[in-house]
Amino acid sequence: MHRYANPARFQRLARAIFPWTTGLTVLCLGGGLWFALVQSPPDYQQGETVRIMYIHVPAAWMAMFSYTCIAAASAALLVWKHPLAELAARAMAPIGASFTALCLITGSLWGEPMWGTWWVWDARLTSVLILFFLYLGQIALFNAFDDPTRGGRAAAILALVGVINVPIIKFSVDWWNTLHQPASVLRMSGPTIDPSMLLPLLLMAFGFTFYFVSLTLLRIRSEILARRLRALQFAQGSAEPAGARRVSA
Amino acid sequence: MNAVAAMLRRDLRLAWRSPGDSANVVLFFVLGVVLFPFGVGPGAEILARISVGVIWVMALLAALLSLDRLFREDAEDGSLDLLALSPAPLEFLVLGKVLAHWLVTGIPLIVASPLLALFMQLPAAAYPVLLLALLLGTPTLSLIGAIGAGLTLGTRRGGVLVALLVLPLYIPVLIFGVSAVEAATAGLAVRPHLLLLGGLLALFVPLSPIATAAALRQALH
Amino acid sequence: MSDFFAMGGYAAYVWPAYGITAAVLIGLWIASVRSLKSREAEVEAAEAGQPRRGDR
Repeated sequence: MHRYANPARFQRLARAIFPWTTGLTVLCLGGGLWFALVQSPPDYQQGETVRIMYIHVPAAWMAMFSYTCIAAASAALLVWKHPLAELAARAMAPIGASFTALCLITGSLWGEPMWGTWWVWDARLTSVLILFFLYLGQIALFNAFDDPTRGGRAAAILALVGVINVPIIKFSVDWWNTLHQPASVLRMSGPTIDPSMLLPLLLMAFGFTFYFVSLTLLRIRSEILARRLRALQFAQGSAEPAGARRVSA
Repeated sequence: MNAVAAMLRRDLRLAWRSPGDSANVVLFFVLGVVLFPFGVGPGAEILARISVGVIWVMALLAALLSLDRLFREDAEDGSLDLLALSPAPLEFLVLGKVLAHWLVTGIPLIVASPLLALFMQLPAAAYPVLLLALLLGTPTLSLIGAIGAGLTLGTRRGGVLVALLVLPLYIPVLIFGVSAVEAATAGLAVRPHLLLLGGLLALFVPLSPIATAAALRQALH
Repeated sequence: MSDFFAMGGYAAYVWPAYGITAAVLIGLWIASVRSLKSREAEVEAAEAGQPRRGDR
C-alpha cells in the first residue's frame, strides 16, 4: 500500500485504471438501467414503483460502503500515517453523502405512492438520516480549517468515532422504533427478490460501485493537485516578487 | 489518577471564579423548556406527553452550549499547550477537564430538572427516574461533547460546527434517556433503559479521552 | 411507448427518482472534472513561475 504513497506513482496507477473502471461503470449502469426500466417485470403488489428500488437499495449499500471506506482511510491516516489516506477520505466524503441523500430522496419517492407518506420515522430511514448528518459533519470539518492537514486529521478522528457510533445509533434507533410501534409495518426492503429483479439490482449496485471507484480516483488526483498548488503558492509567496521567473521546485 | 484530580481541582477553581457560566447554562435550560407551554398551549395533557422529550432535548442543547468553554479559554491563553507538554498523559487531563465540566454544567441541569418536570406536568412517579437518567446521561453528554470541542478547536465557525458533529452522536443518549423516563411513567421496567445509558457512559469514558486527546494534539502543533 | 412513460400511473414518482439520481451523479462527476481541470491549469501556471492573475 505504501508503494502508492508516492503521488506520482499513484497518478500513474490511477490513470491506468481509470478508463477501465469508467468503462465498467457505463456498462453496468447502462445494462442496469435497461433491465431496471425496460426488461424487468413490474411487481405484482407495487407495480411500476418497484423500479425505484433499483436505485434506492444500491444507493443505500453505497452509503454504507463509502462510509466504511472513509473509516478505513481514516485509520490508514491516523495509525499508519499513509500520506494519500487523507486525500482519499476527502475525495470520498461528498460521494458518500450524495448516495445517502439519493437513498433518502428515492426512499421518499417510493414511500409516497406505496405507503401514502413522504416521510416516516421507521428505523431504517431514521438511521440513514443520521448517517447523512455524520457525512455532513465530516465534510464541514474537512473545510473548517485553513490548514488542510489539520482538517484532514480532525475529520479522520471524527470518522473513526463515527464508525464506532454507527452500530450504536442503529441499535438505539431500532430500540426506539420498537418502543414506539410505528402505525404500519413498513418494509422498505420491498418484495422478496425474484431473479428477474435481482439482475437489475446487482447491475445497478455494481454500476454505482464502479462509479464510486472511478470518481474517487479522479477526485484523489484533484486533491493531489490542490495540495501541490498550495505548496507552490507558499513557496512562491516566500520567494521573489511576482513576475520573476523561477525554476519549479 | 493524580493527574485527573489535579486537573479537576484546577478547573473547578477556575469555574468557581466565573459562576456566570454555570448559571447561563441552567438559565438556558429552564427558559428553553418554559417556552414550550407558550408554544403548544398550557393543556396538561399535551405538556405531559411531550415533557420527557422536551426536557431531554433542552438538556442536550444546554450541554452543547456549554462545550465552548471546555477548551477555548485554555487554548487562547496558552495553558492548553502547557498541559499537552506535561508528563501526565493528555488523556487523563482530558478526563479531569470533562469531569469538571460535568460538575459545573451537568449537575446544575440535574438539580433544575425537577422544577422543569413540574412545569411540564410530568407524572410524579417519573421524577426519580428522570434524575437518575440525567445523572447517567449528562456525563456522557460532556464526554461526547469534549470530542466535538477538541475537533473544532481553532476553527473560526466553531459553535455551529460543534453542534453538527455532536448532535448525531447525542441521539442514542437521548433515545435511551427518554425511554427510561417514559417507562417509569408507564409503570414498566426501567432497568434495561438505565443499563443502556450506563453502557453508553462506560463506552465513552475511555473512548472520549482518547479521541479528544488525539484531536487536541493535532490541534496544537 | 406512452405506457413506458406512464409507468403504470406512477410516472410522477419513478421518473423524478431516476432523474434526480442522474442529475446528482452526473453533476458530481462534472463538478469534480471541472475542479480537476482548473487545478491542473493552476498548477501548471504556478510551476512556470508565474502566479496567475488574481492569485495571492
